[in-house]
Amino acid sequence: MKESTKNGNVIIKLKDIVKTFDKETVLSGIDLDIHDNEFITLLGPSGCGKTTTLRIIGGFETPDSGHVFFDGEDITNLPPYKRHINTVFQRYALFPHLNVFENIAFGLRIKKTPEAQIREMVKEMLTLVNLKGFEKRNISTLSGGQQQRVAIARALVNKPRVLLLDEPLAALDLKLRRDMQVELKNIQQKTGITFVFVTHDQEEALSMSDTIVVMANGSVQQIGTPEKIYNEPVNAFVADFIGESNIVNGIMLRDYEVSFAKQTFKCEDFGFAPNEPVDVVVRPEDIDIVPFTDSMLTGEVTSVTFKGDYYEIIADIDNFKWMIETTDKVAVGETIGISIDPNEIQVMKKSEFSGMFGDYSSFSDELDKLSDLSQEDEE
Amino acid sequence: MKTGNLFRKAAAAPHILWSVMFIVFPLLFVIYFAFTDSYGNFTFDNITGLSGYTNTFILSIGFALIATVVCILIGYPLAYFISKTAPSKQKILIVLLMLPMWINLLIRTYSLMSLLDNGGLINGMLSNLGLPKLKMVGTGGAVILGMIYDFLPYMVLPIYTTMTKLDQRYIEAARDLGCNNFQVLTKVIIPLTVPGIISGITMVFVPSISTFYISQKLGGGTFDLIGDTIERQFQNELTYNTGAAISLIMMILILISLAVMNKFADNDEDGGIIV
Repeated sequence: MKESTKNGNVIIKLKDIVKTFDKETVLSGIDLDIHDNEFITLLGPSGCGKTTTLRIIGGFETPDSGHVFFDGEDITNLPPYKRHINTVFQRYALFPHLNVFENIAFGLRIKKTPEAQIREMVKEMLTLVNLKGFEKRNISTLSGGQQQRVAIARALVNKPRVLLLDEPLAALDLKLRRDMQVELKNIQQKTGITFVFVTHDQEEALSMSDTIVVMANGSVQQIGTPEKIYNEPVNAFVADFIGESNIVNGIMLRDYEVSFAKQTFKCEDFGFAPNEPVDVVVRPEDIDIVPFTDSMLTGEVTSVTFKGDYYEIIADIDNFKWMIETTDKVAVGETIGISIDPNEIQVMKKSEFSGMFGDYSSFSDELDKLSDLSQEDEE
Repeated sequence: MKTGNLFRKAAAAPHILWSVMFIVFPLLFVIYFAFTDSYGNFTFDNITGLSGYTNTFILSIGFALIATVVCILIGYPLAYFISKTAPSKQKILIVLLMLPMWINLLIRTYSLMSLLDNGGLINGMLSNLGLPKLKMVGTGGAVILGMIYDFLPYMVLPIYTTMTKLDQRYIEAARDLGCNNFQVLTKVIIPLTVPGIISGITMVFVPSISTFYISQKLGGGTFDLIGDTIERQFQNELTYNTGAAISLIMMILILISLAVMNKFADNDEDGGIIV
């Protein structure tokens, strides 16, 4: 579970970090390796501990127990100003009494960098974030996207080894957010600085990251590449949080054979105990609709929603509501058959999250939950 | 729309009436008296005759400036300290700070006198210890001390208010960018609390420059400040006009100093002055 996608040298290591606020456990034993030049994303819902983890790396919080290592050196109790780490804060925290130039130059002035060099470095940063000519502008006259860029420039000008980004795109509108995602990724590749990015937006995480760390209830659920996280979620929480999932109870009969919905299916998973109860994940887009006469699973369509490039269908199969994404047009009330290829079946061990997610019978609840998640993270 | 306007006007009426009766008319009287002689004839003599009071003006401004600066030096760290304590303690500390303000200014000044007097508490203790007595009442120091003692809360409160409103993220950002605690104070906290300092200065400087009671009691009659001079002129019907002229000049001085300070505060908000 502790694998990472980059093989470079480990720059930050979290070891068994525990943190409580007012007797409430926020982090219960976080272990994490962050590598040089990696774009790593801490992903999870509100209150999962991702922001606290970031603040511990930045030095703004001290863990109750556990250690933070930087290049192998224990920095758990080092104050923020002594760390080679800079932060892009949620809602930016640009200094209102300074103009754009002085905001970016702030860190350099503290380090007593010569004036000529400051001017050159600030100029270079403004070019990098596409804000040439904004030097004299007042912070309050900038748009959200421009403030965002100043915040990034202000942090990067100090040439940190690691840049922490706390939901930096949450306050931007959708279009700008997409552009900034691409831009941030470009900046990360250009500068070669390790980015630790915090977000609750799974799409953002999937499109930007080298490595995703999925967190819930104060602990790490899964670490892996976006593809791995999406295709091979380790438990019901990860499967549900990243994309849409049908999660059904199953029995692992033997290696490569799983039974669910009263049928036995071939699959690619192995290494479970004989007849072990498991959670089975099938992504809605991996399900094919076939004539019900040819199919092991048949059910009745209860809802059809047009989504532009596909239809989202809810079908009642053996008293379980499945979500299917297809380009085939079917009608409500129609009886359909579905087919699932062995490589589209992901078998997961039972976990504390089993039975909580992945059923589309209460679709409105699902929507509520999604809207909760899209609210800003106020940890 | 129209009734709304009418209602708004009606609601403002008591205030407008009050202002006209107790602010505008008296001001007009001050201006009238300042430019007339005791027979009601127009004259500039009252204003030109004020050159004899130059020293009074300088002394008053000097005392008020010193008191204001000392209030900043004491009040700023105090406000910072209070804003850093636990919220429950902050309330107690603010009440303690305000407590003297619930007591009448005259009584506070008298109590300070009884401490500093030749036969007062401090000198009593000194002579009990066999030390020579200190002459305190009647010195400039006592007058300035009186101003500081009476007006310090007016410096602390506005600074404290801006400090508690200061967004913690600015402080974290400064620490993130390499500031130690002292640099956080000088580079971020002080520049961002300038508005509080400005209103503190206003609220200490203005009453200090126009006070008469403090200088009479604690100055022992040695120091003649603007407030004392004005008071004396108005005790005698024949010098109303001089008193009005001094009042007018003092008002103009205060207005100018407020305008200068506001300009400074505005510039600061635009960014640039303080780096």
